[in-house]
Amino acid sequence: MVLELQNITMQFGGVVAIDNLSFGVEAGQIYGLIGPNGAGKTTLFNIVTGNYIQTKGKVKFNHEELSGLKPNMIVQRGIARTFQNIRLFKSMSVLDNVLIGFHNQANYTYFESILRLPRYFLYEKKLKNDAMEILERFGIAKYANTNASSLSYGNQRKVEIARALATNPKLLLLDEPAAGMNPNETEDLSQIIKNIKDEYGLTILLIEHDMKFVNNMCDKVLVLDYGEEIFEGKPSEAIVDEKVVAAYLGDFKHA
Amino acid sequence: MKAIKLSFLAVAIVFVWFAQNHFDPYAVSILNNIAIFAILALSYNLINGVAGQFSLEPNGFVAIGAYVTALFLIPAETKLDMFALEDPTPFVLAMHTSFLPALIMSGVVASVLAFILSIPVFRVRGDYLAIVTLGFGFIIRIFAMNQPTMTNGALGLNDIPDNANLYWTGFTMIVTFVIMLNIIYSKYGRAMKAVRDDEDAATAMGINTFWIKTYAFMTSAFFEGVGGGLMASLLTTIAPDQFTFLLTFQLLIIIVLGGLGSMSGTILGAILVMGGTEWLRFLDQNMDIFGYNTGAHPGLRMVVFSILLVILMLFARRGLFGNKELTDIFRRNK
Amino acid sequence: MLKVKNLEVYYGVIAAVRGIDFEVKEGEIISLIGANGAGKTSTLGALLNSIKRKGEIVFGGYDTKNHKTHTLVQKGLALVPEGRRVFINLSVEENLRMGAFNNDENYEHLKDEMYKLFPRIEEKKAQMAGTLSGGEQQMLAIARALMSEPKLLMLDEPSLGLAPKIVGEVFETITRLRDEGITILLVEQNAYAALNISDRAYVLENGQIAMSGDAKELIGDDTIRQKYLGG
Ligand SMILES: Nc1ncnc2c1ncn2[C@@H]1O[C@H](COP(=O)(O)OP(=O)(O)OP(=O)(O)O)[C@@H](O)[C@H]1O
Ligand SMILES: Nc1ncnc2c1ncn2[C@@H]1O[C@H](COP(=O)(O)OP(=O)(O)OP(=O)(O)O)[C@@H](O)[C@H]1O
Ligand SMILES: [Mg+2]
Ligand SMILES: [Mg+2]
Repeated sequence: MVLELQNITMQFGGVVAIDNLSFGVEAGQIYGLIGPNGAGKTTLFNIVTGNYIQTKGKVKFNHEELSGLKPNMIVQRGIARTFQNIRLFKSMSVLDNVLIGFHNQANYTYFESILRLPRYFLYEKKLKNDAMEILERFGIAKYANTNASSLSYGNQRKVEIARALATNPKLLLLDEPAAGMNPNETEDLSQIIKNIKDEYGLTILLIEHDMKFVNNMCDKVLVLDYGEEIFEGKPSEAIVDEKVVAAYLGDFKHA
Repeated sequence: MKAIKLSFLAVAIVFVWFAQNHFDPYAVSILNNIAIFAILALSYNLINGVAGQFSLEPNGFVAIGAYVTALFLIPAETKLDMFALEDPTPFVLAMHTSFLPALIMSGVVASVLAFILSIPVFRVRGDYLAIVTLGFGFIIRIFAMNQPTMTNGALGLNDIPDNANLYWTGFTMIVTFVIMLNIIYSKYGRAMKAVRDDEDAATAMGINTFWIKTYAFMTSAFFEGVGGGLMASLLTTIAPDQFTFLLTFQLLIIIVLGGLGSMSGTILGAILVMGGTEWLRFLDQNMDIFGYNTGAHPGLRMVVFSILLVILMLFARRGLFGNKELTDIFRRNK
Repeated sequence: MLKVKNLEVYYGVIAAVRGIDFEVKEGEIISLIGANGAGKTSTLGALLNSIKRKGEIVFGGYDTKNHKTHTLVQKGLALVPEGRRVFINLSVEENLRMGAFNNDENYEHLKDEMYKLFPRIEEKKAQMAGTLSGGEQQMLAIARALMSEPKLLMLDEPSLGLAPKIVGEVFETITRLRDEGITILLVEQNAYAALNISDRAYVLENGQIAMSGDAKELIGDDTIRQKYLGG
């Protein structure tokens, strides 16, 4: 197990957002987290990344407990995330946004940057190349010098993922990566995600409401409702599960 | 690109040299003033504009810098003569170095204090920095007033050796400017801007935001300390009253006018604000307009200056340079 | 109800919308579809005069050229913005109240309607909107726009972040609103669902209208199928 959650409970005031939940994600899997709005999916991400501290339970990453670590430390251990509500660095260029992801790989000190010593140039050049490469993968290299906030919504989502990838993660948490994309763009994105997964040897935990995307991407899904598990298994089985249909999918045929 | 930068640098250096040797003393004193305020505003802009941490500290650090340099420069006998209220402590008496180490010590002391302030302020989220630094400025001033054995109290210090001249102020300004740009265009500067734009997202990129804010704050404090040292040596007398909140406020005007986060804008802002208030001085005096004597209107200068500021800000909402640098503008045109 | 002629939107030198014409008649549901960056959001922004634009826009018989955004809202235009933009430091209920800013007399009644429509946000009515889940915020954004009882409702990707079941309900609601007399301009990435409930549609490509016509016909069109409906 790359990621293991044991008996996680999360309360906000009196409200129980996650209720004694346990599950595990295996290396190399694409694991889907689905469920109605407000079921606790994003909250679970926030617990894994250290943004929230769970009321009860343990999170283990590669068998080590994460509890108590600051979010930035957790990133350095190899867990990166994207935000559901797109949170790019708005005043900065797309390239700079991705370069921020490389922050901890730029191996020069404050004084080396002030004095412009060789290592500064060495790493800046290398990381700029790496960043451009990632942008090319997502088909947004032409926006490298554009201000991140002036991209369209769908392209901003791609920058979010590119930036997370730059932190060199082993586990990538994607919160609704396909939101704001049309079926063709979603299809392209699936391909990109599959490619980077193989190439970087990633494990992926993703939240998505686009069932076609989930079905096509995920090895396994967990369905949450009011913070509790109502289904775990193959996506193709989830789609026909009675409880899942009742709580989450409904009988509308729109998607 | 590199050629453009180097030629800017060369022009600036030649200008400083030329001005010191050929301008009249009045012009030189204005340039000195501009250079010192530019140094202070450049460093203030790093914490406030680039890192986006609203802070009101400069007057405190400038005061510290001024006192440290002054005490290092004034010879022991002069100190004994000067300290009228109480004798200086042996430690203060023993302080003595030449100008450059004195300036560096000013910077170091200021940035050590900045570090100490960082620990409580940046550990927790929230906008405590403004209020804490505001208080800090007051405390420093009260300290200067009430520690006659170290600061000669409200009487202040005078006969500070006048080592500073336009070479010192001008070159320090250039060095400060280059260092600030070097920081901005490095991973540290990027991280500072990231913290400004969205601290949670910065953390999610693996950035330790505590240290990034602390670096920015300590760097600001360092150059504010150095600027204070230059100011002390230039004025040759200092007293606690010089370092009130008004000084911070002036710097705030400069960086907002120039553009929060823009170092090039800050230099322009310093020139306009310091040069402008000087140039408008004629308004305070008697004027003959078509043979009609207007009489003296002290204060008119500041009224006109404020109106001009408002007009400028109306045309450039985000400051004259926004958050761009001169070099970005050249880059755009390529 | 709304007539647009030769609309252009520029960001600096970049053209986002390059001279489009379109029309929304009273009681219609019109869809605007197109790829990422095609100019859909920019078009809606231009209609509200919240970004600079050129061209002629006539809404309810008035040329909107010299109108500010807030007067357009008073005249019956409302937008569910992309990315929700709820007031994060206000409670759910306060957000609804802001939506009814010019419509105070109907506030209580409309609020109950909204809670009926989205029971999920009634459960959260005292919670700060910023701590709602993404989908809950989307529901709130839709409800907030409806609180002004607009004549023309513009929705920028309303299905974004909503659970499939709720998406279905939202599309049903849109149809019902139309039946109650509200005209709808809909931007959707879920083009199939959008076209299904629309009367007519316009397809934007690189800031220009590449195709337009009867929604049901567009669903059957091969290029549309390939480009926007995922084959
Ligand atoms: N900081 C908070 N304070 C109070 N309640 C919160 C807070 N954060 C989340 N909640 C509540 O916890 C529940 C779970 O929210 P979460 O964001 O995890 O949902 P989600 O499953 O991601 O839903 P969606 O699909 O809509 O994004 C929601 O009802 C939300 O209102
Ligand atoms: N504030 C801005 N400054 C500069 N360019 C912008 C700005 N906003 C949008 N653009 C550009 O205008 C074009 C159209 O953007 P718009 O947001 O209208 O697209 P969209 O059709 O809504 O796309 P999406 O489906 O991804 O939301 C894009 O190329 C985008 O990069
Ligand atoms: Mg969520
Ligand atoms: Mg859009």
